[in-house]
Amino acid sequence: MGAISIRNLSKTFGKKLALDNVSLDIGSGEMVALIGASGSGKSTLIRHICGLETAQYGGGAIDIMGSQIQGGGRLAHGARRLRRDVGVVFQQFNLVGRLSVLSNVLLGNLGRISLWRGTFGLFTGEEKRAAREALARVGIPEVGWQRASTLSGGQQQRAAIARTLVQKSRILLADEPIASLDPSSARRVMEVLATVNRENGITCVVSLHQVEYARRYCPRTIALRDGRIVFDGPSAELTNAMLVELYGDGSEELVLPDIEAPKKTPSRPVRPVLKPAGVFAA
Amino acid sequence: MTHLADSPPLKAPRPEIARDWTRTLWTAFIWIALALLLIWSWGPAEMSRWTYLFTDADNMASYAAGFANPNFSEWRYYLAEMGVTIQIALWGTFLAAVLAIPFGVLSARNMAPWYIVQPVRRLMDIFRSIHELVFAVLFVVAVGLGPFAGVMALFIHTTGILAKLFSEAVEAVDPRPVEAIRSTGATRLQEVVFGVIPQVMPLWVSYALYRFESNVRAATVLGVIGAGGIGQVLFESIRGFYYGEAAAMLIIMLVTVSLIDLLSQQLRKLFL
Repeated sequence: MGAISIRNLSKTFGKKLALDNVSLDIGSGEMVALIGASGSGKSTLIRHICGLETAQYGGGAIDIMGSQIQGGGRLAHGARRLRRDVGVVFQQFNLVGRLSVLSNVLLGNLGRISLWRGTFGLFTGEEKRAAREALARVGIPEVGWQRASTLSGGQQQRAAIARTLVQKSRILLADEPIASLDPSSARRVMEVLATVNRENGITCVVSLHQVEYARRYCPRTIALRDGRIVFDGPSAELTNAMLVELYGDGSEELVLPDIEAPKKTPSRPVRPVLKPAGVFAA
Repeated sequence: MTHLADSPPLKAPRPEIARDWTRTLWTAFIWIALALLLIWSWGPAEMSRWTYLFTDADNMASYAAGFANPNFSEWRYYLAEMGVTIQIALWGTFLAAVLAIPFGVLSARNMAPWYIVQPVRRLMDIFRSIHELVFAVLFVVAVGLGPFAGVMALFIHTTGILAKLFSEAVEAVDPRPVEAIRSTGATRLQEVVFGVIPQVMPLWVSYALYRFESNVRAATVLGVIGAGGIGQVLFESIRGFYYGEAAAMLIIMLVTVSLIDLLSQQLRKLFL
């Protein structure tokens, strides 16, 4: 059973065709990069998969682990229940700035616990322990009581990933998770995503602006242009020459000037998962 | 190849900017309309009596002189009544703030569909557009003379005001954290509790405190029509020509309102 299955998805915003008959299947446990220039439909696709956006009328269907989350332009009946299996990480982190980091992570439980316990924020000791563990896993165990708004961008993004861990989602969608981060924070966040994918078997779909990160962290890449899939295959096959072919002059946007020379580290550096406090802190 | 010196930016004739005649005419029209409105209102507002301000200034002075010697002999009683006024304002504002939370969220366009927003907004308009005094008269009839009528009047009127202010704060929230909470599988109510309320809390608290200050002033006026508190005592002593006592009460009210102002400023800082 595939994790995500999309059939003939189309979406227009006004007159602009944002997604044009997109069909794809992503298997359980895959780590997939979505690349494309700005406006190519990456974010729109991700927002459709998690049911934050619905396709146009009759605009295709999306199945999450065999159950439909939307079809024909309407959210399916059990969409709210399906959402808890799909964790989402956003470009702007989207934490609630005035709540503590721990509270933000605990909110991942909302889809799984009883209605009144969730609404009044009555989390059990067990859940709080799990939230602290999740923060430790992403390398920021010491910031639990700080307000989320006081964290650096990289820390906020890792807290957002911790929220999806607490959510126990089977699929993690990351919408440009590193686009607002400096290079070293970006690498840390990508490492965390790769670790979560490898060790928890969580299916990861990461939209990226730069193809280098796709080559380095994701075995499979799907490339979008003007809302259409123009490439779907092993990331290694996506050479710069091929990008030029696919995007023409627009390919410059997708390739970083070679500052970090990924060739020197052909295999992903394997970092220990549980780090002592402070090592990861930016 | 052009050099900076060759280019003639300074000496070039300034391009004629065409006068925007529609704009000019509109401006003139607005000023003329205002002048006409003022002339039209002169007679009915009895503005011609302005000369009395100078010719009969002595009358005013002798009336004001009555207030020059405040009589604090009954200050314990005045303070107790001032306390009642504050207590009326406290309950009125508290009830209003509690009710303004659901009404405010339901009248925010980004939270509820139009068929809920519009009726709730109209109801709040009614609450807001009718003056406290009118409500107070109504409640004096219903629950009798005394502070409770004042509480109810402030409660209804302030609910209308706070619901509008609260909903404006809700409409200005950042939708992205709310979406993130939705993506965890949370319900609509949970989105509001964890995504919206933390964002609007400082503004809400600030608005509620500000309304509390205003309601202390409003509650004194409500006393005039029999809704208890220091206003009632003040009005009775003015009607009985006890100007010294009235002056003492005015001073107590002034000091109290200033103190509440200072206090609520400090409280607001705590929540920001």
